[in-house]
Amino acid sequence: MLLVLALILVTMIRQAWPAWSELGASYFFGTEWIPSQGKYGILPLVYGTLVVSLIALVFAVPISIGISLFVTEVAPEWLRRPVVTTVDLLAAVPSVVFGLWAFYNLLPGFQAVFNNIASAVSSIPVLNVVFGPSTGSSFMSAGLILALMITPIITSVTREVFLTVPENDKSGALALGATRWEMIRGVVFPHSFGGMTGAVMLGLGRAMGETVAVALVIGAVPQISLNLFGVGETMPAQIFRQLSEAGSTLRSALIGLGVVLLVLTILVNISARRAVVAVDRRFKGAP
Amino acid sequence: MTTYDHNDDTQTTTDSTAAAISGEAVTMPMQLAPPSAGIDSAERQGNAVEPESLPKVFNLEELQVYYGSHHAVRDVSMAVCANQITAFIGPSGCGKTTVLRCFNRMNDLIAGARVEGLLAYHGVDLYSAEVNPVEVRRRIGMVFQKPNPFPKSIYENVAYGPRIAGIKKKSELDDIVERSLVQAALWEEVKNRLKASALGMSGGQQQRLCIARAVAVSPEVILMDEPCSALDPIATSRIEDLMLELKSEFTIVIVTHNMQQAARVSDVTAFYSTEVNPDGDLRTGLLVEMAPTVDIFSNPSDELTEQYISGRFG
Amino acid sequence: MSATIPARSTQTGPDMQEALRGGTLSGGRKAKNHVASGLMVLAFLAAAIPLVVMGASVVSQGYRAVLSGSWWTQPIPETGRSDLANNQNLSDLGFGTPSDAGASSSVVLGMAPAIVGTLLTVLGAAALAIPLGIMGAVYLHEYGKNNWLAKFIRFMADVMTGVPSVVMGVFIYTIWVLPRGVDGKSAWAAALALACLMLPIVVRSTEEMLRLVPDNLREASAALGTHTWKTTVKVVLPAAIAGITSGSLLAVARAAGETAPVVFVIGFVTTVNASFSGANTTLSAQIYGQQQAGGVLAQDLAWGAALTLVIIVLALTLIARRISRRFELS
Repeated sequence: MLLVLALILVTMIRQAWPAWSELGASYFFGTEWIPSQGKYGILPLVYGTLVVSLIALVFAVPISIGISLFVTEVAPEWLRRPVVTTVDLLAAVPSVVFGLWAFYNLLPGFQAVFNNIASAVSSIPVLNVVFGPSTGSSFMSAGLILALMITPIITSVTREVFLTVPENDKSGALALGATRWEMIRGVVFPHSFGGMTGAVMLGLGRAMGETVAVALVIGAVPQISLNLFGVGETMPAQIFRQLSEAGSTLRSALIGLGVVLLVLTILVNISARRAVVAVDRRFKGAP
Repeated sequence: MTTYDHNDDTQTTTDSTAAAISGEAVTMPMQLAPPSAGIDSAERQGNAVEPESLPKVFNLEELQVYYGSHHAVRDVSMAVCANQITAFIGPSGCGKTTVLRCFNRMNDLIAGARVEGLLAYHGVDLYSAEVNPVEVRRRIGMVFQKPNPFPKSIYENVAYGPRIAGIKKKSELDDIVERSLVQAALWEEVKNRLKASALGMSGGQQQRLCIARAVAVSPEVILMDEPCSALDPIATSRIEDLMLELKSEFTIVIVTHNMQQAARVSDVTAFYSTEVNPDGDLRTGLLVEMAPTVDIFSNPSDELTEQYISGRFG
Repeated sequence: MSATIPARSTQTGPDMQEALRGGTLSGGRKAKNHVASGLMVLAFLAAAIPLVVMGASVVSQGYRAVLSGSWWTQPIPETGRSDLANNQNLSDLGFGTPSDAGASSSVVLGMAPAIVGTLLTVLGAAALAIPLGIMGAVYLHEYGKNNWLAKFIRFMADVMTGVPSVVMGVFIYTIWVLPRGVDGKSAWAAALALACLMLPIVVRSTEEMLRLVPDNLREASAALGTHTWKTTVKVVLPAAIAGITSGSLLAVARAAGETAPVVFVIGFVTTVNASFSGANTTLSAQIYGQQQAGGVLAQDLAWGAALTLVIIVLALTLIARRISRRFELS
């Protein structure tokens, strides 16, 4: 297995090398990705990937934590299993089905809502840039779909984490006259901080790599735009769209993109693990 | 010592405990009970006021507890009086912890638990629909079997209760924290490291911190669920000593597996036992008898009690 | 002594009754508690409602195709075929009518190539990844335990679980398709990519299951003088078989739904190709392809393929859950 990973890196870098050596810094720091004009600057794609992933996290993290708390602390016993099953079903839906559904059934509605918001804030500085006019396909659409797709993984990890909070500690807070919410804030969250960080990072890794659903709703225009309601493009979506029919330079550039994506996601995943370990140590190993 | 001399082990345990207590009692910054308290249980019980003259804090009539379809405890009727230490003893599975957890409605948290009968606190049925369990638990605190400090600093542990009760002023919190730690006989040991994590303390210190945490919200009653079962003998004797000091201000109900402990600290002892149900192997707990501790240990009225305290079963 | 916290104990009767209603519990605290619980329910609804709506639209837009017999047996219509006017949809072509006119009408079409292709790639991937994954897990848990190699492999498996599926596709594309040119695109290439995705999942879930096998079983067998490998094969694996099966099925279900790594290594066909070599297609690739092709008919084909895929994935997932629940009970 480690051979596989090493092999992945080596072979992909070898294929990507022509583009890297030919384009040099303009590959990694170029702000224009227009293959037809021979411009292969990956920043717009990196930007799109990060923006979409962050939007997804902003929506998915509170929702996931809410569901986990509901399942572990609040819901009556008979309701817990059905809730867990429902969220697991969400994880079982193939990414392409999310994309198809979002493309045909959600984008028109998104467009209307986004444009309403855009016109409502059109006179407010900053907001009128961030929430600009929309054609439906956008960073925001992709982020929202992604949020739905990464909710199951974040939920299942945070749920596991909340389940490890000792019953004894929770009783301690309740016995002092804490309400359930005060108990959650005072005991469950401090206990689970490391695990929650890890869950968020895991969700981020998943969001950065997600391909088809994003490809269908983001608009396929690589650009660095502050307008979250505007079109954009991400790294995996671009690879997915172009690799089949790519000529040699583009192919090499796309494979290079795969290497960048791989390295980024591995970094995120490793730091997820680090975060968990570090925070746990801080809480458990006090002097 | 004469009250329980039918048990040889008791003698030595009590002697060493008494030595430990008298050695430490001097260092106690706040001596609420008379200095002699904690040394000789017979003398202490002599000092105890007759139960009838004290106000009743809890009044239980025919209390039944069910876990799902399992009848866990049946027909408990008793009264718990103010400023006394009431001990619950009995073999495992007899329902003593279950009854204790009814007193501040901690059993609510167990799925399927159900209570019938009357459990009145100053005449108010704790299980009536209007009663808010959060308010109940503020007045009736609890110390658990395993010390359970929060993963926070010592200061934050004690300040947690007052904070959620709405006290925000730093000076006021400082006062409460200091006072509670003094009451829990912990102040001298930790006053220079209040910001240190509570998890770095010894088990005995952690348990006293939990007592300080419970005391900080000024409850009327403190329930203790085998508070010393996870502690060594020295830490245990310090907690016992502490209980005797606290009883001037609080009403204490303690569940213990350790009969010597019940004999040493309590004014009144309730003995629980179990009966096997005809329909299965789940047992139902019941209250066998409740009497002043002196009487229970010297002259139990029930044969079952006598067998238990003399070590013939349980 | 207790100057700060209000109201100790002296109330009786009605006063206490009043106090225990929550008299000192401020409205803000109660409200916060309720708001928090309400938000948790909302969070669940925010996930559940889209799921239900999505399920409903996939079923309502896909059921006509799936209910027809020809859907499961006939080739995929080529886009731009002259005898299929662009504005025709599936019901115009006779799909979903009681007489199952799809087969008898002049146009015969279905999704059989993609169904066959999906089964082929997934089976190929399973055949590669499951035995390898189980062997890896057995090494990790029964032999390696906590030595550096085992730790390293475990770490790599965790990292590999996080590798985006599209990157696996790019990898297989570089090592398999590029050297072979157009001939390289095949169900086999797709199976390789899916196997890479499944492998770490199988390893980790199997190891988890092996951990649940009680040590006294191993000791009982070892005490009879049995070799570790024989103990593993005869005692440990049978004890964990339900859990391993369930974990593997979940991995298979995930692989069946994958699109990104498949599309550019499998090529495109419209007729059934039941062989690992040569271009092929899968349901997920068809959903994407038909969506890209546009047009009413293509849209109907995409929804039909989506429903078919969801049915397959859901069936695998539910079977896996059923098995694992039984395992939990025993």
